[in-house]
Amino acid sequence: MEFLDANLELKEIQKLQGHTDRVWSIAWNPATAAANVPTVFASCSGDKTVRIWEQSPSTLSWDCKAVLEETHTRTVRSCAWSPSGKLLATASFDATTAIWENVGGDFECLSTLEGHENEVKCVSWNASGSLLATCGRDKTVWIWEVMPGNEFECIQVLQGHTQDVKMVRWHPTMDILFSCSYDNTVKVWWSEDDDGDWSCVQTLGESSYGHSSTVWSLDFNAKGDKLVTCSDDLTLKIWEADITMMQSGDGYAPWNHLCTLSGYHDRTIFSVHWSREGIIASGAADDAVRLFVQSKDGSMNEPSYQLLLKKEKAHEMDINSVQWCHGEEKRLLASASDDGTIKVWELATLS
Amino acid sequence: MTLGLINANPVVHAKKERVAQQLSVLSEESITVDEKLGRILITFTPTIQHCSMATVIGLCLRVKLKECFPPHFKVDIKVAPGSHADEESVNKLLNDKERVAAALENPNLRQLVDECLYSNEL
Repeated sequence: MEFLDANLELKEIQKLQGHTDRVWSIAWNPATAAANVPTVFASCSGDKTVRIWEQSPSTLSWDCKAVLEETHTRTVRSCAWSPSGKLLATASFDATTAIWENVGGDFECLSTLEGHENEVKCVSWNASGSLLATCGRDKTVWIWEVMPGNEFECIQVLQGHTQDVKMVRWHPTMDILFSCSYDNTVKVWWSEDDDGDWSCVQTLGESSYGHSSTVWSLDFNAKGDKLVTCSDDLTLKIWEADITMMQSGDGYAPWNHLCTLSGYHDRTIFSVHWSREGIIASGAADDAVRLFVQSKDGSMNEPSYQLLLKKEKAHEMDINSVQWCHGEEKRLLASASDDGTIKVWELATLS
Repeated sequence: MTLGLINANPVVHAKKERVAQQLSVLSEESITVDEKLGRILITFTPTIQHCSMATVIGLCLRVKLKECFPPHFKVDIKVAPGSHADEESVNKLLNDKERVAAALENPNLRQLVDECLYSNEL
């Protein structure tokens, strides 16, 4: 809440070039950005490669430490680090998902997950790193179990979406899976028992105040009781659920629409990310990054959100991904664009 | 440029070996360019309501426009209102850049688009 009173700006720290085609996604390594551990993030691109960027402790600039190439034969659309930071999963239009391990600075491809009929659009690890989820244009969501020796076994193929599935993300604290689709809905997948079948327990569609066009991305707040979704319908939607009920084993608690942020974007919103401190960042097709926070004047039962700041022309082309760094020292945000560059920003008080 | 765009329709149909018809009315395009904002809106009219090649034509238009305009220009492509039975779904597909990118990585589709745009038959 104190953000609204402060005089803040999004300062460009560095512009990273290297990819030779649009950059689709970025992922900060969760095991880095701690004391004495240089901050690392991965980026993936239409140039079929994944790049690993590491911040130099002396110069404080990010340098490209590795280029993961000659594995994927088409666009690499999404990348995600395992919670331990030891493995990197990459999802590609070549219909495979590759799992990489950092072996003394070199990244080796340990495994290639096959099964999707066509383009894989996203990959996500659950909080404990025991499960992986992938999704794609074949309208399915796949759940994979991480077996000993870094083997991966598909435990279920989830059908339900009627169109291309754009993104999947696991809840931050519970094994509940969320998927967003070209069919304009968000689906929630849950397995009641540990060994049970996963099924769709809720669909956030137009009839439940959902989006009216493709849902591109979603993210959770730190606590995991709120969800933000972004769409081609030019809005952001905030949802909430009674997760204490779920955490105490009282069954599934449904997500309810809390509010819709409309009128702020005039082109497709591709990415949304919620910082630990509650700042929602959005990246859109109008080349701008926007930050939103909860308003002070909203009542307890009806919180509202407002624009904190808008960074116009953050990039020269569409922004495909925005990701807050989890580090506690500085408020860093990375953005990836169709212009082939990645930018690292710091949210700081105006000097 | 306009000539190249108009020819996309009959070349596409010829390639699919349709019965030779008098395609006298070709695609009509209407293009609106806002140079200040860097936005382009193009609407095209498929020759028949159930034209199965509408998405391919749209794809050809995208590729051609990308060549003709600076990279920061944003292009929206739609079928002329009322001109196609699946207007909404065609428009949605043509304006989903991820679907467009994936389609253009498909060698067969890419070849078809290239032939439409650069074929000697033009």
